[in-house]
Amino acid sequence: MKTALESLKRFSEKTGEQKKSPERNVGLQTLFHKEMADHIRSRRFLLILALVVITGFASLYGALETISSGASDSGDFLFLQLFTASGNSIPSFVSFIALLGPFVGLSLGFDAINSEQNSGTLNRLLSQPIYRDSVINGKFLAGSAMIFIMIFVMGGMVGAIGLLVTGIPPSLEEIGRILVFLAFTSVYICFWLGLSILFSVLCRHAATSALAVIACWLFFTIFLSLLAGIVAAALYPMNSFESLFHIADYYQCELFINRLSPYYLYGEAVTTILNPGVRSVGIVTTAQMEGAVAGYLPFGQSLLLIWPHLTAMCAMTLIAFVIAYLRFMRREIRAA
Amino acid sequence: MAQQECIIKTNGLTKRYGEKTAVDHLDLTVYKGEIFGLLGPNGAGKTTTTLMLTGLTEPTEGTAFIGGIDCIRNPMEVKKSVGYMPDNVGFYADMTGKENLRFTAALNGLDREAAESRIEELLERVGLSAAANQRVGTYSRGMRQRLGVADVLVKDPSVIIMDEPTLGIDPEGMRYLILLIHDLAKKEGRTILISSHQLYQIQQICDRVGLFVAGKLTACGTIEELAEQTREDDRFVTEIRIAGGDDGLVQILRGVDGVLSVGREDSRYIIGSERDITDALVDAVRENGYSIVSLRPLGNDLDEIYRRYFEKSGGEKDEDRSGKFKTIFRKNR
Repeated sequence: MKTALESLKRFSEKTGEQKKSPERNVGLQTLFHKEMADHIRSRRFLLILALVVITGFASLYGALETISSGASDSGDFLFLQLFTASGNSIPSFVSFIALLGPFVGLSLGFDAINSEQNSGTLNRLLSQPIYRDSVINGKFLAGSAMIFIMIFVMGGMVGAIGLLVTGIPPSLEEIGRILVFLAFTSVYICFWLGLSILFSVLCRHAATSALAVIACWLFFTIFLSLLAGIVAAALYPMNSFESLFHIADYYQCELFINRLSPYYLYGEAVTTILNPGVRSVGIVTTAQMEGAVAGYLPFGQSLLLIWPHLTAMCAMTLIAFVIAYLRFMRREIRAA
Repeated sequence: MAQQECIIKTNGLTKRYGEKTAVDHLDLTVYKGEIFGLLGPNGAGKTTTTLMLTGLTEPTEGTAFIGGIDCIRNPMEVKKSVGYMPDNVGFYADMTGKENLRFTAALNGLDREAAESRIEELLERVGLSAAANQRVGTYSRGMRQRLGVADVLVKDPSVIIMDEPTLGIDPEGMRYLILLIHDLAKKEGRTILISSHQLYQIQQICDRVGLFVAGKLTACGTIEELAEQTREDDRFVTEIRIAGGDDGLVQILRGVDGVLSVGREDSRYIIGSERDITDALVDAVRENGYSIVSLRPLGNDLDEIYRRYFEKSGGEKDEDRSGKFKTIFRKNR
């Protein structure tokens, strides 16, 4: 015990020393800069960015059409409807991002580690005086920074165009909601980045890791909701008199399984934060609603509703990244 | 030789991958300013050894020190003073040669201006000034290898470890590279460890070599020392080529004092003897009216030495491998 304490003390001294020295994170900084430069210059990322921007503006166009024709039912929180309203044939900005966002994360991360290894640069990189985790940290941080910049710039642009076209200034609450929405979107895409980096560590070829991420994306966006229905129906059959007692359990079960999917989680959270009319997530009985005053939920309460979603999303991102990190740190660095 | 400072030192260095032992209790000492060649066939554990020395792989047991710094406990410090050139060195293909070097300089925390002048100087030195601003994707293999050398030198290392540096380079590029490596050690006093299976190149530049077979260092020393060692338990072998030889010569050669055996393959005569009897052989051949095309003692060549050591430790089962090995060597000559 004593020796353990001693070694701990020595360890803390050492880390303290390292913190003092200014060159401690030279490797991380340099890698971060290089990765950012790579992303900005890479055609692949620009292509995906163009795709997202075009669809974003298409949906904005649809939303503006709906708003200006007065088709939307209420005049409140018009500014938020820029993001949530859908046109005649064009889905809303939010649903586009929910679908295409993962591709941004995928394009940023799917070949992060394996391409370095295949081109023989990883060996060379690691023989420089940098910590090994700087490589994966730098890649994740650079990717996340790109995502945050991209999402906030896009949100700003959509807002600016909306402001120019509609001429209605947003209220402070609306700005707050939009900022939370953008932050949540960034975290959502960061999850996909983390997942694609994980696969880039696990798979030797970039193509395999890309396909694996796409498979995950398909599973979470399409199949999990089908699966949720099937599992819930198997657990609580809805074909007998008895089933009346289980109806709440059935929906609860389905909801829980659905919420495993980041896609569903994101959709639920974003609808709540961008639509003050949403008063709860999950199942609410009529009895629970009795005596409730019809009205909009204040910003703080909406935020409170999606706080678990945000936590879950951050946790999922971190789990994906931590597994990638551990696998990367423990792997044998051999070219052959 | 005696007061030489020891730079690289390993003690019982062992690496196991599951059941397989890649490196088995390696004790290696490399002195300051020398070029040490680590020789062995593919899969003998050369790369694993270089990886352990640079702290890229943790050994299962044993210790390794470079310049007095523990490679396992303190890889960061080691990596500051050791340049490692991996086999098949890779660069970022969409960056130019100069940008790649700049990136390395930045990773080493060099300040920008010093790095810039150093990079210019290094590119000049490896003969890549003209291609400095081309993307590395357009480089030939030889150019990439030279850029690799420049890349290693960016941090001005006192020790350089090169893994198969001469693999896949044309003869001209090879000559250039060998001169460069020689200069690095002899003019600038850097210690260089080269791992290779190309014996001829190693023989040209290395001060000392270590023969590596199946994870074990079977022999270590200068090439002359190794030749001497193998000779002790083997006889002297001389090869003579004769213009228009016949079986009569075999009889004549057998008659020379000290000759133990004579073999013939067309115009080639292989003579085994218990000591160096070259003069006697030449006399015998000339007196009998034959003319010598060439005469060479077998066994002083690194590939011969290598083959003998390999046979001794590897046994018969690896015979075909050493044959392959030899053809590679001959081609590169």
